[in-house]
Amino acid sequence: MIGWLSRHLQALVFALGRLARAPVATLFTAVVIAIALALPAGFLLLTHSVRDVAGNATTVDLTVYFKREVPLESVQQLAAHLRQRNGIESVAVITADDALALMRKDSSLAEALGALPDNPLPHALSIHPAADASSSTSLGALRQYLTAWPEVELVQLDSDWVRRLDAILLLMQRITLGIGTLLGFGVLAVIGNTIRLEINGRRQEIEITQLVGGSAAFVRRPFLYTGALYGLLGSLLAAGIVHTAVALVAGPVDQLARSYGSQFALQPLGGQGLGLMLAVGALLGLAGAWLAAARHISRLQPRA
Amino acid sequence: MIRFDRVYKRYPNGREALSSVSFDIGAGEMVFLTGRSGAGKSSVLRLITLLERPTRGLVNVLGHDTQRVSVSKVPSFRRQVGMVFQDHRLLAERSVFDNVALPLVVAHTPLRETDKRVRAALDQVGLLDRIQALPGELSVGEQQRIGIARAIAPRPALIVADEPTGNLDPQLSREILGLFCRLRDAGSTLVIASHDMALVNESGARQIHLDGGRVIS
Ligand SMILES: Nc1ncnc2c1ncn2[C@@H]1O[C@H](COP(=O)(O)OP(=O)(O)OP(=O)(O)O)[C@@H](O)[C@H]1O
Ligand SMILES: [Mg+2]
Repeated sequence: MIGWLSRHLQALVFALGRLARAPVATLFTAVVIAIALALPAGFLLLTHSVRDVAGNATTVDLTVYFKREVPLESVQQLAAHLRQRNGIESVAVITADDALALMRKDSSLAEALGALPDNPLPHALSIHPAADASSSTSLGALRQYLTAWPEVELVQLDSDWVRRLDAILLLMQRITLGIGTLLGFGVLAVIGNTIRLEINGRRQEIEITQLVGGSAAFVRRPFLYTGALYGLLGSLLAAGIVHTAVALVAGPVDQLARSYGSQFALQPLGGQGLGLMLAVGALLGLAGAWLAAARHISRLQPRA
Repeated sequence: MIRFDRVYKRYPNGREALSSVSFDIGAGEMVFLTGRSGAGKSSVLRLITLLERPTRGLVNVLGHDTQRVSVSKVPSFRRQVGMVFQDHRLLAERSVFDNVALPLVVAHTPLRETDKRVRAALDQVGLLDRIQALPGELSVGEQQRIGIARAIAPRPALIVADEPTGNLDPQLSREILGLFCRLRDAGSTLVIASHDMALVNESGARQIHLDGGRVIS
């Protein structure tokens, strides 16, 4: 166990030494890897942020508009009746006056509304279904039930935008997957090629090591560590890029979202995201190095 | 210790380097492989060290039928054999210590044991005081002796040397021969390819003489 550990430690220290001895070349490789990793990571983050907004809105409210002649008392009675029903979390009464006041405060139509002789708005109920009754079938059933009331003019179940968001989300996930796969192969190729050059540069050393009885694993090990370190370094840089990018656009995005009345906010990378990136980077590095080592070391046959 | 039985070696280009070569080398022997350039001396050594496999015939080294040693077992097989090369094959950017330690490192020898054996080997070749030097800071003869120290550091039962004195003046050659004799006296088996007949004769050791890929005597 101690032998195993010290062997790996040795290979790690050796690989670190090689990278540190050529800092500029190491940095260039790491930057290329970082850019390739930052792009899918950024997309993934964006997708998560969008999904969060969609997640908050999965329980869709129903708005029930009454006919204009229906008096407030009937509306309140019906509201009380609804509150007894299963599958309903809350019911709020929006009187015509409330609705008008809200509109006056909020909208650019305030002046036009002010010019009207009387309130054109009906009373309404805002119904928030319980989470366990939010499937489209139970919402549809509730809607039918409400529409059947003679006092009701219109039941609005505005889930269209949720469906749109879902579609956008799916699209973004596909794009992320595509970019991720493509650039993942890119990282694999970059690291593989870097390790190939490294192997070529150290031909003599590899041959001599094989001549004195170095096993394939022994010869391969420092290259695997070099590859993993490249991946780790690259993903660390990528995390920095993503973090900086999020910090730069978070403010404007927030402004934009608020102007649309949305609570959308870009999420920062976070510890879990950072861990995931580092793991993906290190694994890609390891895989790229493994491929290069398998291909190019076995081709070196020692001569004497 | 080493047994060749009607061994043929034909290289991929069709060149037959050895034909029906048979000999036995016992434990503790020092044997010279002699013969003209192209006679097949290096080919014999390459078969012993598993750098090549025989086309036909039996090569048995240290009790292993080399034909049956799988590729994955070659490294552990080679760790039992010390190899000395004409061009010494030292790593230029590594210190003398690191070079001599290499076969011990690949065999996962504990650090303290490695240190001890490297010093002992360097002491045997008389270069303990150059332990921190880089190979480029040494003379050709000294480099060759470092190569020998690397071969003997793991204390292999078998040492194989291809033209170990090829680059050295007679004085240095004689020193190295003395070193080999001491190793033999200490119980090692040595197989040395050389065309330096004066030196070989001076050693008084057994010769296997090759000509055109055949054993003459
Ligand atoms: N890898 C190879 N491929 C093809 N032919 C080879 C190879 N190695 C050696 N030979 C041929 O096999 C024959 C024996 O070569 P070998 O190297 O064993 O000779 P040698 O006795 O060691 O010669 P020298 O004293 O010059 O080192 C030569 O004719 C050589 O050209
Ligand atoms: Mg030769």
